[in-house]
Amino acid sequence: MNILKLSFRMLKRDWRAGELRVLIFALVVAVGGMTTVGFFSDRVQLALSRQGNQLLGADLIILSDRTLPIHYQDEAKRLGLSVSSSLKFPSMASRGDISLLSEIKAVTPGYPLRGELRITEDFGGASEPVDRVAGSIPERGTVWVDDKLMARLSLKRGDEIEIGDSRLKVAARITQEPDHSIGFINLGPRILIHADDLPATGLIQQGSRIVYRLLVAGDAGVVETFREWSQSHLMMGERVEGIRDARPEIKAALDRAEKFLSLAALASVVLAAAAIALAVRRFSHRHLDGCAVMRCLGASQSTLLRLYLYHFTLLGLIASLIGCGLGLVAQEALVYWLSVLVDEELPWPSMVPAVHGLLTGMILLLGFALPPLLNLRSVPALRVLRRDIGLASGHGLTGYSIGLAALTVLFVWKAGDIRLGLSVMGGFVVAILLFGLIGFLLVRALSGMSGQGGGAWRYGLASIRRRATGSVVQSVALGLGLMALLALTLIRDDLLQNWKTSLPPDAPNRFLVNIQKDQLQPLEAFFKENAISQPLVFPMVRGRLTAINGKNIVSGDFTDTRAKRLIEREFNLSWASEMSPDNLIVKGHWWGRGDTGKAVLSVEEGIAKTVGIKVGDALTYDVAGSPFTAHVTSIRRVDWDSFRVNFFVVTPPGVLDNYPSSYITSFHLPPKQSDLMNHLIRAFPNFLVIDVASIIDQVQKVMDQVSRAVEFVFLFTLLAGFAVLYAAIASTQDERIHEAAIFRTLGAQRSQLVRSWAAEFAIIGGLAGVFAAAGASALGYAIGEYALNLSYSFNPWIWVTGLTTGVVGVTVAGLMGTRSVLSQTPLTILRKIA
Amino acid sequence: MREDPKLIPIVKATALTKQVSTGSDHLVILHDINLSVIEGESLAVIGSSGSGKSTLLGLLAGLDSPSSGSVHLAGEDIFSLDEDGRAALRGRLLGFVFQSFQLLPALTALENVMLPLELAGVRDAQPAAMDLLNRVGLGMRLGHYPKQLSGGEQQRVAIARAFVTQPHLVMADEPTGNLDSVTGAQIIDLMFELNQERGTTLILVTHDESISSRCKRRIRLEAGRSVVGHD
Repeated sequence: MNILKLSFRMLKRDWRAGELRVLIFALVVAVGGMTTVGFFSDRVQLALSRQGNQLLGADLIILSDRTLPIHYQDEAKRLGLSVSSSLKFPSMASRGDISLLSEIKAVTPGYPLRGELRITEDFGGASEPVDRVAGSIPERGTVWVDDKLMARLSLKRGDEIEIGDSRLKVAARITQEPDHSIGFINLGPRILIHADDLPATGLIQQGSRIVYRLLVAGDAGVVETFREWSQSHLMMGERVEGIRDARPEIKAALDRAEKFLSLAALASVVLAAAAIALAVRRFSHRHLDGCAVMRCLGASQSTLLRLYLYHFTLLGLIASLIGCGLGLVAQEALVYWLSVLVDEELPWPSMVPAVHGLLTGMILLLGFALPPLLNLRSVPALRVLRRDIGLASGHGLTGYSIGLAALTVLFVWKAGDIRLGLSVMGGFVVAILLFGLIGFLLVRALSGMSGQGGGAWRYGLASIRRRATGSVVQSVALGLGLMALLALTLIRDDLLQNWKTSLPPDAPNRFLVNIQKDQLQPLEAFFKENAISQPLVFPMVRGRLTAINGKNIVSGDFTDTRAKRLIEREFNLSWASEMSPDNLIVKGHWWGRGDTGKAVLSVEEGIAKTVGIKVGDALTYDVAGSPFTAHVTSIRRVDWDSFRVNFFVVTPPGVLDNYPSSYITSFHLPPKQSDLMNHLIRAFPNFLVIDVASIIDQVQKVMDQVSRAVEFVFLFTLLAGFAVLYAAIASTQDERIHEAAIFRTLGAQRSQLVRSWAAEFAIIGGLAGVFAAAGASALGYAIGEYALNLSYSFNPWIWVTGLTTGVVGVTVAGLMGTRSVLSQTPLTILRKIA
Repeated sequence: MREDPKLIPIVKATALTKQVSTGSDHLVILHDINLSVIEGESLAVIGSSGSGKSTLLGLLAGLDSPSSGSVHLAGEDIFSLDEDGRAALRGRLLGFVFQSFQLLPALTALENVMLPLELAGVRDAQPAAMDLLNRVGLGMRLGHYPKQLSGGEQQRVAIARAFVTQPHLVMADEPTGNLDSVTGAQIIDLMFELNQERGTTLILVTHDESISSRCKRRIRLEAGRSVVGHD
């Protein structure tokens, strides 16, 4: 009890005396950064799971891109489950001159089985409209629209909109809808229609991208029985989705974003670790005397251990709590800053990230503070009589291995990936060891030069030699800090720039899908009339891969999820005599004129690798119910970033001509002529227009906002960098104070001291800059090569920036930090030391 | 069972030797020191710099271990104990006054004096500590931190800390070494007064003949050997 009180008193005093400033600052920043990311992603995740039950509008859904066989519905009804169905596809909706790509959902009575569909007849657009539970679906001949469509088509109640060949009356506005998209990329406007109105629109045609759903709900046990039954009856292209499998793409995207942000926050944790290690090193040196006195006064080793354990546990708890508070405030700022990105009202976060933050803080502090503190208890009591007796050496790297292990655990935990966590930590350890080794060699080499140069340099070099370990530790820590900062700024910009330049300005920005054969001539005329250069039109036949070399395949044969998806889904086959200019044959050869009508295939490299297709293989496709077999004669590499029309599988002309086909084309529409699209849609209502410009725009917006979020988290890294800088400079402060007193007593001018220290700081900063540039280049290469699949081009500016920032930053900060030393009279200092 | 401490020497050193190796050679710092101090006595250890005074004090207090020989404190062979055992024994029997005061900068004067009691697990350390600080004339400065006190005041705090556990034995290592002569004299007066009042045994290391003359007994060290003993 007394020990606890005593340690609390010592903590209070150390706190007031500013002894713990760096430690607290570093901890608060690290925990703050982690919890900001934690709280933020927790809120988005909570929003997702809160709506999880309603996301599906049912307990279970069976999906297919073809009409679902009736036996599912029969079995569900037999088991006493409620059943409803829906059909969803993208299409143009227009009113007057304006057309919009919308998501049409046709539903049958009973929809939704779970969750609430709420509507309002109020079209005033008030943000809090008086709405009600719909209780039914739209009556025949009417549609319910969402507020996006309402706003963009300026709709009022009773207005008519055109969907395909039909004109339907707008009856209500949807305010809440199950399976409403949430999160980062909101889809286009949404329209709900009665399923019986669908045939009249004429939109259900060959090649239309339709998702058929059977919605099922009821008692959980019965639903599970139905799930098992239906899973054993699934045909190709059909799948079962429950709440647990819902929205995997959003979940995956969020997980990835969270991982990315967590790793960025972990960069500040690593820096904080360096700052803490430096600060505790100084702390333990300053507390050697106190420990010796206490040993002399009868304190046992375990008493001292408990004393400092309480001291640091308290310190860790307080600083981590402050960090959590900071995180809570900062995430609110982040949400506000990204308000464009998340247009949902986010729920208040849970306290789980705070617990994680506290854990992070404690692991970090105890991991890096405990080893030197454990040493403190074994300080010889004889030090009270002989101050030259310090701690036994040899606690350096082994001591910090506890901290490194703790940090590795943190990385693996936060990255959610053992390999990633271990390799990042491995990288850091290798960097530390390498920097340390090079640092020692350079310091030794520099010491050899100490006879050369002016007075200031000579003293600067002599100081570095005298404090060899301290100097190397300083430059390694500063190098790590600067490395993280360089990597996050320059390299991130480089990678983003590389990505952006991969898209030419005149790249096609509109795709036309679902063109029917008899529409080819009128379309050509339309282009001619409007002075748009004729684009290439590609035929498209939908087929599903069913066998390779005569052996039937099912999705269950593959473990890779992408391969499973490719097997389950129909995809587009096309034919061409000439290969697209953005394609490259990597194996086999392209066909000649004589091959027209020959059953051969060229397969895209990625899909060939995923599914395991080689040149010479015979592939069998199910095209519109009949099998089609052909041999692979080439594997192509496709530049998908070109935004041109490309196909996974291509045949020569004359092979697929007799199968039901539609056509696809892409062209560049100058922004000035965007009105033209409305005329086009009016003339060809069944066309699906994909505005790639807006997709590129949206993708760039999301990228932009993710990088803004990273920038925000980067602030914490920057602050942690300052903590390292401060801790590194403070770590030799006591020696410097002593030195200054002696030098000035011996007649040294202030300017002489300043010059020699400037030289010392410049050398340390230069070393740190070199380490940082080398490390950041390696990091950029690794991230680009292994994580983002982008080639990283070497940036010489990293070296210039690293060296300049190192030399100037460390010198300025160092001199500022030692200013107070110079302002005291030598006598005051000597008295203090005595 | 131990004998009654009153009847046996509080400190007894037998054939105490300390040597350190300097490469191939051995440097003898203390050679075959024998001494015993009875409870209530005062002993001055005198000698010039490097004569081994502080080393002897360190060995007598169990702060360092000898190359050979033994030290008994209140009948207990301190080198048969481990580090923690010796620390506990110190906490029970010994008080220290150092040349450089050795106050904990993080603690106030009062807290510094309370420290040894708290380390010994005494529940209410404050009254005893306040009494002693009043006794050494610092009753008005209880809440001051060491750096807010003069050298003389700091040494008074250190003396209060040494006596607060009512130790059997107080060891002082050049207690006036960092003080001017007037303040030094006051400090010595204070130490001897307290020594008298509380019947404590005192072992004082000094190079100052006038201070040593106030002790009942003196031993002089020269190059690690005891050359004169005054009984």
